[in-house]
Amino acid sequence: MALDQSFVGRTYPPTDPYEVGREKIREFAVAVGDANPAYADPEAAKALGHRDVVAPPTFVFAITFKAAGQVIEDPQLGLDYSRVVHGDQKFAYTRPVYAGDRLTVTSTIEAIKSMAGNDILDIRGEVHDEAGEHVVTAWTKLVARAAGTEEA
Amino acid sequence: MTEKIAYDDVEVGTELPARTFPVTRATLVRYAGASGDFNPIHWNEKFAVEVGLPDVIAHGMFTMAEAIRVVTDWTGDPAAVVEYGVRFTKPVVVPNDDKGATIEVSAKVAAKLDDNKVRVDLLATSAGQKVLGMSRAVVRLA
Repeated sequence: MALDQSFVGRTYPPTDPYEVGREKIREFAVAVGDANPAYADPEAAKALGHRDVVAPPTFVFAITFKAAGQVIEDPQLGLDYSRVVHGDQKFAYTRPVYAGDRLTVTSTIEAIKSMAGNDILDIRGEVHDEAGEHVVTAWTKLVARAAGTEEA
Repeated sequence: MTEKIAYDDVEVGTELPARTFPVTRATLVRYAGASGDFNPIHWNEKFAVEVGLPDVIAHGMFTMAEAIRVVTDWTGDPAAVVEYGVRFTKPVVVPNDDKGATIEVSAKVAAKLDDNKVRVDLLATSAGQKVLGMSRAVVRLA
């Protein structure tokens, strides 16, 4: 069943702050096999002009996707998460994410489309720091495949 | 550290050093822990097959994270990446053996923009299939 179009434009309350830890950044960099010293060594990051270790470009997804859970699990929206696949992902940075940042995410439903029985949901997550300054915007496209289809 | 790449030293068509990234089941378990994405399609073969997949598949976000390493290794500074977007076109299928799968990534400068920025277009394939579509990054160079 197609999702309710009246949810387009709906914005959910900002999340509680997520504190970005140096060790969490290091763990993520190790998990993707990336030995760039800017992820692990504060001095190396400072040599590049940064105040602390930098998070890899896709690190923030863990935070924005958790925030998007407000949308995904909204019982009124009624998305069948068991049929959801990740369609597109995009980030636009005002500044990089650093260790020590306390980030909040505000999620908005940008679009709902229905194509061939699939529900396509575009969620925008605006990430701000503790001072209220914009850090990054994450756009996530989720596709809930129609029941009965089995394409990967 | 890598020397910083200067905007004036690149032109449209400049190729970035291509890379090949290995991915095994162990890689996916580690990424699940680091990212908090514990969807069983990324570690449980029985579950993956039940939902219609050929086998366990890599997290799309893992593939996205690997692909951008071609850009961050080139610039040296990961914070040079100001925009990055992809479409997840095909899954990276990861068999349960000691070889796993590989993700091959190439990239080239597609456009020079204002404010010392360039657009880099990436190509990511696995087992001969394009796994990321519309894969583009905007980076600010020195």
